Amino acid sequence: MDTTDVSAFPLRLEGEATPMVSFKKVTKSYGSLVVLDSLDLDVAEGEMVTIIGPSGSGKTTVLRMLMTLETINGGVIYVDGEPLTHMPRGGGLVRADNRHMRKMRSKIGMCFQHFNLFPHMTALENCMEGPVHVLGLAKREARERAEELLAMVGMADKRDQHPSRLSGGQQQRVAIARALAMRPKVMLFDEVTSALDPEVIGEVTNVIRQLVAEHNLTMLMVTHQMGFAKDISDRICFFYGGRIEEQGSPDELFGNPRKERTQQFLSAVKEAT
Amino acid sequence: MSYFEFLGQYGDRIFSGTLITMALTVLSALLAVAIAVAAGLMRMAPNMAVRGLATVYIEIFRGTSLLVQLYWIFFVLPLFGITLEKFTAGFVAVGMNLGAYGAELVRGAILSVPKGQWEAALALNMSPAKRMIRVILPQAVLIMLPSWGNLLIELLKGTALVALISVADLMFQVKQINGTTFLSAQTFGTALIIYYVLARFMITPFMRWLERVMMRKMGRA
Repeated sequence: MDTTDVSAFPLRLEGEATPMVSFKKVTKSYGSLVVLDSLDLDVAEGEMVTIIGPSGSGKTTVLRMLMTLETINGGVIYVDGEPLTHMPRGGGLVRADNRHMRKMRSKIGMCFQHFNLFPHMTALENCMEGPVHVLGLAKREARERAEELLAMVGMADKRDQHPSRLSGGQQQRVAIARALAMRPKVMLFDEVTSALDPEVIGEVTNVIRQLVAEHNLTMLMVTHQMGFAKDISDRICFFYGGRIEEQGSPDELFGNPRKERTQQFLSAVKEAT
Repeated sequence: MSYFEFLGQYGDRIFSGTLITMALTVLSALLAVAIAVAAGLMRMAPNMAVRGLATVYIEIFRGTSLLVQLYWIFFVLPLFGITLEKFTAGFVAVGMNLGAYGAELVRGAILSVPKGQWEAALALNMSPAKRMIRVILPQAVLIMLPSWGNLLIELLKGTALVALISVADLMFQVKQINGTTFLSAQTFGTALIIYYVLARFMITPFMRWLERVMMRKMGRA
C-alpha cells in the first residue's frame, strides 16, 4: 500500500549531478513495524557507500528494495535517473509493472550473505547462466566473459567444480563473478562476509577492494567488517531505527562520530572484535 | 500338477500379461509425471482460476476411488461421446489418479527449494519461466525423487485394477487361468511374486539410479 502520494516526485532525474541511485522518502513497513522511515539517500556514480548499524535497523532492506526483492510502501527509488519502483504513465508515476522492473533490474547486481550459487551448475556454468539465458549472449562469448571474471576473482582453476566442492570464501568469489558477468552499473553486497570463517574473509574482501580500485562501479555494501568498510568506502551511513542516524566519510564517522548512538554502536563493535 | 508343469502350461499367458502390466506402468507413469508437473505448477500460479482448476483436479482424483475413476473413464465417458479403447482407458485412469498425488509432491518440492535460490535467479534478472525451468525445477527434482519412488510402486500396483475392464494385464491373465484351473495358490502366488519383483528389482533400482544421476549433476556423488 502506498502511504505517500507519488505525484510530487519527478518522472526522471536529470542533469549533470544525477545520482546513480536515489531513494526519495522511501518507506517500508511490515504491518505496524516500520523498517525504513522516509529514507533519503543518494549514491553518486562510482561511489562506494557502506551501510552499518545494529541488526533490525533496515540496512539489508535497503539493498533488497534496490534489487526489487522487496516492495516499498512509500516514496520512489531512482536508478540511473529512472524510477525503479515506479514508471511514468500518463504524465505521472504509477507502480512499475514486471516489464519495467526487468528492464531496471538489468542495471543492478547483488551478492548475498549465503552466496546462493546454483548447486546444480559448476562455477563456470553459474557465471554463464545469466549472460546466456538472460542477456542472450552466444555460449562462446559468455564462456569467455565468465572465464575472465573467474580469473579475476582467483577462481579460474576451480571453474569446473560444483559449489558443494568449494569453500565459503570460494563460493562467494564465484558469486561475485556471477553478478559481474551481467555487467551491472550498481553492485550490492549484502553481508557477503558474515557467513564466512574468519580466515577466508580476506579472500573475499580483497576481491571487493580490487573492484573498487580498478572499476568505476557504483556499490552499496552492508557489512560488519568495520576495518574493511573504513578502508574502501567513500562514505559510511550509520542506520538506526530505519533512518540514517549519521553519515560521512570513513574518517569522520569512525574517527569523530557526532551522534551518541553512533558512538555507542562503534564502541560496542570495537569491544566485540 | 506340479508348479513347473503349471508354469510350462500357462507361462506364456502370464508372461504376456506381465508385459502388458509393464507397458501400462510405463505409460501411466509418463502421464502421471506430466500431469503432476503441470498441476503442481498450476497450484502455485498467480491466477486464481488456474489455481482453482488444479485444486479441483487434485481433489477429485485424490479424493475418489481409482476403481470408480476407471469405470467412469471407460463406461461413462462414452455416454458423452468420448470413447477410449480399454488399454488406453486403463493407463489414462491410473496416470490421472497418481498424477494428482504427484502434483502435491511437485508443489512441495518446489516450495522446499531454498528461498535464496529464487532470489539469486531474480537478481540475475531471469524471467519467471527461466527461474523455474533452469534453477528451481532441477533442484526440486532431487528433493522429490525418493517420494516418486514410492508413488511409482503404488502406480504399478494400481494397474492391477485395469483387469476389471478386461485389459489383458497380469492380473487379468491369472484370474482367467484361475477360473479354468482353480489353482488359486499357484496363479495368485505367481502374480504376487511378479508384482514384487517388478517393484523391488525394476522400479526401485531405476529410481536409485536416477537419484545417483541427479546427485552427480549437483556435484555431490
